Amino acid sequence: MFAYTMRRLFMLVPVLIGMTLITFSIVHLIPGNPAQVILGETASETAIKNLEESMGLNEPYALQYTYYVSDLLQGDLGTSLKTKTPISEEIWPYIAATFELTFFAMLFAIIIGVNAGIISAWKQNSWFDFLAMLVALIGVSIPVFWLALMEQWIFAQELSWFPSSGRQDNRDPMEPITYFFVLDSILHGDFSRTFTVLKHLVLPSIALGTIPMAIIARMTRSSMLEVMRSDYIRTVQAKGSGQFLIIYKHALKNALIPVLTVIGLQTGVLLGGAILTETIFSWPGVGRYIYEAITYRDYPVIQSGILIIAFLFVIINLVVDLLYKFIDPRINY
Amino acid sequence: MSDEILKITSLQTHFFTDQGEIPAVDGVSLTVHKGEVVGIVGESGCGKSVTSLSIMQLVPSPPGKIVGGTIHYKSENLLNASKKRIKDIRGNEISMIFQEPMTSLDPLFTIGNQLREALQIHKKINKKQANQKSIEMLKLVGIPRAEEVMNDYPHQLSGGMRQRVMIAISMACDPEILIADEPTTALDVTIQAQILDLMKKLNHEKDTAILLITHDLGVVAEICDRVIVMYAGQVVEEGTTREILKNPTHPYTKGLIRSIPKLHEKDQKLYSIPGTVPKPKMGMLGCRFKDRCEFAHDRCFSEAPELFSLGNNRYSRCFLLDDTERKVASDAEANTGS
Repeated sequence: MFAYTMRRLFMLVPVLIGMTLITFSIVHLIPGNPAQVILGETASETAIKNLEESMGLNEPYALQYTYYVSDLLQGDLGTSLKTKTPISEEIWPYIAATFELTFFAMLFAIIIGVNAGIISAWKQNSWFDFLAMLVALIGVSIPVFWLALMEQWIFAQELSWFPSSGRQDNRDPMEPITYFFVLDSILHGDFSRTFTVLKHLVLPSIALGTIPMAIIARMTRSSMLEVMRSDYIRTVQAKGSGQFLIIYKHALKNALIPVLTVIGLQTGVLLGGAILTETIFSWPGVGRYIYEAITYRDYPVIQSGILIIAFLFVIINLVVDLLYKFIDPRINY
Repeated sequence: MSDEILKITSLQTHFFTDQGEIPAVDGVSLTVHKGEVVGIVGESGCGKSVTSLSIMQLVPSPPGKIVGGTIHYKSENLLNASKKRIKDIRGNEISMIFQEPMTSLDPLFTIGNQLREALQIHKKINKKQANQKSIEMLKLVGIPRAEEVMNDYPHQLSGGMRQRVMIAISMACDPEILIADEPTTALDVTIQAQILDLMKKLNHEKDTAILLITHDLGVVAEICDRVIVMYAGQVVEEGTTREILKNPTHPYTKGLIRSIPKLHEKDQKLYSIPGTVPKPKMGMLGCRFKDRCEFAHDRCFSEAPELFSLGNNRYSRCFLLDDTERKVASDAEANTGS
C-alpha cells in the first residue's frame, strides 16, 4: 500500500508540471502584450516598458516559468488586477463555498444514485427499475439552468419551502471561521443557523447533483448486473447466504470500481464547472469568481483559478486511485 | 441400500428463450444414498449441470425454470420448500463446488473471510471459533501454511489451491451431500488426481454423499460407486460403475467408452461418436440419440424409448433392450462384429 501510494504521488509530478505549463502560457497566448492589457489602450510606451520590466516579461520564457513555479511553491498566486489584493488571500472563501456545495451535491447524488442503481439491478425489469432508469434518463438530459430555475419557481417562490439564493440569511450574516458555513455555524454553537444554512444548500445541491446522480445510478446498475452474473456470486448463493449479504457485501464491492471512477470524475466536474448553478443561486463559489474575472479580463485570477481547479481535479483522481487499491487488492500499477 | 437422502423424480427444467422453450432437463430421475458417490456423465449440453443447479435451485431465472417433477431431500420436497428453508439447506446440508476455481471465489475478500462466512451463516459461532474451524478445514483439505492462507486473497493462490479452498468452504458445515460440478475439469492432471483423492477421503471420513458431474469416464472410474449417463436432457443409462464400464448397454455409453484413448491401440485413430448433441427442443420425436446411433432402426425414429429396467438397479433407454428386440440387438452386434 505504501509503495503504491508513493508511486501514485510520484506520477503526479509530470501532471503538475504540465498543468503549470498550460496556465503559464495563458498569459503569453492572449492577444497583445500582458502589460498592454493591464495598463489599457491609452498607456504610454514607457509605462508599458516599465511594467514589463517589473513583471519580468522581458526575460526568457524558461526563466519566467521558473519564477512562476517558485512563486507558486511559496503560495504566491499573483495579485488580482481588479481588487489589487493577493489572490491567495481572497480566493479561499470562494473555494470553501464551492467545496461545501459540491460536497452536498455529491452526497445527494451518491446516496440516491448508488441505491437506485442497486435496487434497479436487484429487481431488474421491475416497475422500480423502469421508473428509476426513466428518471435517470431525464436527469442526464435536463439542462442544469432550467432545473435550477424550475426549483426556484416551485420551491422558493410558490411554496416558499427553501430560500432561492445565497449561502445564508444576508440580513444577519455570521462571523466566518473556516468559510464552510455549516461547520462555522456548528463551531459558533448556533444550531438554528446551521438549519438555515442547510436550507440554503438544498436547492443548489439538488440542481447540481441531478446529473451526477443519474450517471451514478446508471453506472451502478450496469456494473451490478454484470457482477450478479459472475461465478463468485453463485458461490455465495450456494453457501446459503441471504440476498442482503450477497448484494451489499459481495456484489456491491465488486461493482464499486467503475462507480467510484464516475464519482471522482463528476466531483471534479462540479468543483470546476458549476458556473451556471452558482450564478442562478447567487452562490459565491470558484465558478463565479473565475466568471467575473473573465468579464474583467483579470488574467492573474483566471490563471490561478484554472490552476486551482485543475489541481483539485488531480487530487480527487489521486484519492480515487488510492481507494481502488483499498477496494481491490489485485490492483497494482 | 434404503437410506435415500436425495431422490429426484421426473425433473423438468426448461429454459424460456427467444427461440422458444428449451427442455434442458427432461424427466430426469435419480437417487443418491447416504455416503454414496454417484457420477453423472455426458457430453457438454446434455443437462448435467442444469440438473445439479436445479437441486440447489440456482438455475439462472429468468430464463430457467423448474416446470415439473420433485426433488426430495430426505423426506422433504425441495421444490415446495420456502425460500428460507432453501437458504438453510444450501451450504449446510447440500453444498456445491463448481468447475471454475479461478472465478468461483470472490476476488475482493480474503480466503478466511469467505470461509468464515460459510460457517457464520449456518452455525451460531463467534468470529474466533469460526476462525479456528476455518483453519481446521484448510488443514483438512491439505493446504499448507493454513494460518497464512487465511489472510491471502484468491489471486494469490493457484487453481488447485483455490479448488481446495472451495471444497473447504463447501465441507465447512458438514453437509450430507456435496454436489461437484466438474470439479477437476479446469485443473491439470496431477492436481486432478489430488482433488479426487481429497474428495474420496472426505467421502470416507465424513460419510458425505457426493454427486459428481463430469464428462470424464476416467474420473468416474476413479471414485464413483454408481453412474448415471445423460444424453440431451435425459438419463440414458444407469448402473454401478463396474457394470457400466465393463458392460455398457446403451449405444451412447458404448461410444463414450470407445472414445477413451487406450495405450495398446497407439496406431489407431481415436474413436469419436459422429455428430453432436442435438439441441433439446419441445416435442422431439423418437430416440434422441438416433441420428448418431449405428444401431438406429425404424422404431427409433417413430417412438421414444423408455428407461428399460435390466434388474439389479440397472436401466437403459434403448429399444435394443426391450425384451422383444433382444434378438435384433444380438444380430446387430454380430453384423458389426464388435
